[in-house]
Amino acid sequence: MFKNIKRNKMESGIIIAIFILVITLIVYYICHALELGTFSIVIALIFSISSAWASYYYSDKIVLSINKARPATKEEDLKIVNILDALMVPSGLTSKPRLYVVDDPQPNAFATGRNPKNAVICVTTGLLDKLGYYELEGVIAHELSHIKNYDILLSCVVSVMVGFIVMLSDMFSRFLLWGGMDHNRDRNNDRDRNGNGILMLIGLICLILSPLFGSLMQLALSRKREFLADATAVEFTRNPDGLISALQKLDADTNQLATANNATANMYIVNPFKQNMKEGKKNFSNIFSTHPSIEDRIEALRNLEV
Amino acid sequence: MAVSENYPELKSNQNFSELSEELRNTENKISFSRQFYNDTVTQYNTKLMVFPSNIIASLFHFTPRDLFTAESEEARKNVKVDFGN
Repeated sequence: MFKNIKRNKMESGIIIAIFILVITLIVYYICHALELGTFSIVIALIFSISSAWASYYYSDKIVLSINKARPATKEEDLKIVNILDALMVPSGLTSKPRLYVVDDPQPNAFATGRNPKNAVICVTTGLLDKLGYYELEGVIAHELSHIKNYDILLSCVVSVMVGFIVMLSDMFSRFLLWGGMDHNRDRNNDRDRNGNGILMLIGLICLILSPLFGSLMQLALSRKREFLADATAVEFTRNPDGLISALQKLDADTNQLATANNATANMYIVNPFKQNMKEGKKNFSNIFSTHPSIEDRIEALRNLEV
Repeated sequence: MAVSENYPELKSNQNFSELSEELRNTENKISFSRQFYNDTVTQYNTKLMVFPSNIIASLFHFTPRDLFTAESEEARKNVKVDFGN
């Protein structure tokens, strides 16, 4: 189990390193191709960071108000408050995340907050009604794992990088349209003309495809961190069956979450957008999913050595 | 817990349900504490042996620690809640 966790963290690191490498190549390419490279790159970076900063810094307040959550109290929600209390011990977290409840029949939960001190866990009333004690414990442990592994910070940083790529790619294609290339064509005639054209073309294709590549990396990372959160949850509870049975129940439920939207979808324990298929409904994951499929997660949990 | 099975009306009593919730919560915390302590000691002992942290460990003379075990026979027994008055 600890081996599994370590490997997952290493692979996440590799994904991020590839990301940074791609960005560096794009930036280098732009500097090479355009004259006024540096200034526009700085603008793109500032824009991307500042637009993500507010949503990250106030992530707890924003998400709570979107979802109309109320704080959990000992009088009304003793069971879940006690579960969180008990799980603080094996998690090793020093400050307890604030617990909120959302009135919605879909069983789901999410965690948010910029660091463990400002963390928030939110559960739906559907979750409280439909899940048993050990299942609830597994879900809360999963959310605590997200907080402990700094997944919210990670997804913010990654979205800044993707935003940066998108903006650069956008600026560059606009520059192309307005004839920025003429400037370079004169220059190219002075030096060797053969190799440069192909390279420019390849670089161009890469640049246009880079937002897509960025999104795919972001989604791949999100799926990876979901597996990590499952494994870390079992590290806390030492009980994979609780989480397995919770995931099965969550998968079988067909209610649609009222306040689900794409911006916050990746922080929930299961994808809040239920695919309404015909019978033989199979929960699949593809390269465009934020979460792995429930079957894959259950299999990964079963294969963990506790 | 087993004795309370003989008294079905007891379960509906609010005081009793609060008490059993408290007991369950406390027992969970105790077993999680033991688990966390042993996990931390295991990770610490491992770091003492693997490269590269073993270099720093020997430099500053860090020593391995023991895992927690319940010492006496008394401590290993199940907790008994006595309502006698």
